[in-house]
Amino acid sequence: MSATATPEWRDQIFEVLQDHDVKQVYHVPDAGHGRLIEACQKSNSIRTLALTTEEEGIPLAAGAWLGGQRSVLLMQSSGVGNTINLLGLTKTLRFPFLTLITMRGEPGEFNSWQYPMGQGTPKVLEAMGALVMSVDKPEDVKTTVDHAARSAFNGGQAVAVLLRQKLIGIKTFGKK
Amino acid sequence: MSKPTLQRRPLVKKILAGADDNLLVIAGLGSSNWDITEAGDRPLNMPLWGAMGGTVPMGLGLALAQPTKRVLVITGDADLMMVVSALATVAAQAPDNLAICVLDNEKFGETGNQASHTSPRNNGPTDSGAGTDLAMIARGCGIADTGTVRDEADVAQLVKDLRTKKGPVFRLVKVMVEKLEFVMPPQDGAHLKDRFRQALLGHP
Repeated sequence: MSATATPEWRDQIFEVLQDHDVKQVYHVPDAGHGRLIEACQKSNSIRTLALTTEEEGIPLAAGAWLGGQRSVLLMQSSGVGNTINLLGLTKTLRFPFLTLITMRGEPGEFNSWQYPMGQGTPKVLEAMGALVMSVDKPEDVKTTVDHAARSAFNGGQAVAVLLRQKLIGIKTFGKK
Repeated sequence: MSKPTLQRRPLVKKILAGADDNLLVIAGLGSSNWDITEAGDRPLNMPLWGAMGGTVPMGLGLALAQPTKRVLVITGDADLMMVVSALATVAAQAPDNLAICVLDNEKFGETGNQASHTSPRNNGPTDSGAGTDLAMIARGCGIADTGTVRDEADVAQLVKDLRTKKGPVFRLVKVMVEKLEFVMPPQDGAHLKDRFRQALLGHP
């Protein structure tokens, strides 16, 4: 993907996170979130943490909130399954939680191993009590993430935004 | 190696003695929760009743959010083992205000004292572990300041290290298997969170 073809919605997410005073950003390496992660790493106002497993992200967010800071967990749909039990913390502690999820395993996916968790992701999140929002058009990203952040940080909800594969682009591994 | 002789309750009391508003404590589910509660329930204690594996990451998130406060994580060997790689995330962030104290009784105490992975090998068919050394794992994850405490003679230094030494500090403490009274803090997680934030930030 050339620089000129890079969609600007990833930069808009970064702006929304700054507008909402997010101080800690958790992630595992992810191509879909890559540009956003780099922007966070370069920011002076945001602490960026690379995780060993997405599971760490939920109690990290709880700890940050105990200390008065807002956070966001960036992950891929495959990582959602790693978080399930600890997602329960958002219910037991009732703290604001925001996660942005790049989807895999949706129609057009090349890798069969991505389908089970990709298809299960919205159901799992809803089962654990998260408010699930979804966006598949670049022009809707900014508003959707902003609304999600408001629901989380002002409304005290656990909110997940699914960045659909249609939005991110289908990974091809060089195949047509 | 001889059987551990340190008793967890008097030990935790010493670790938390004189705790003031600068000490923020997160305790893992089960025995560690009851231990810090017997030492004296306080708003700046966050005793967990579940969320196994989440204790160390919660301490890390808090330590980064409150760099001028001391954050102390007290938990058991099995809780840490569940997301042991979180120690690598701690090492990467290197918060100088975070101390982690693992009370290792080499058993799954809440479920009937089955041997945990930190138990020695060759204890017979129903009581053998792997001899897993969590201090060595912490060192291997990149935490430079690690150590193991087994003797009463080393407890005073342990307390000093956990309360004041530049972090991240990791201490593994071998403790006895004991049958102890449950001393329970409030269970409502939202209440525990709100009272913690009220005491720390002045608002829930």
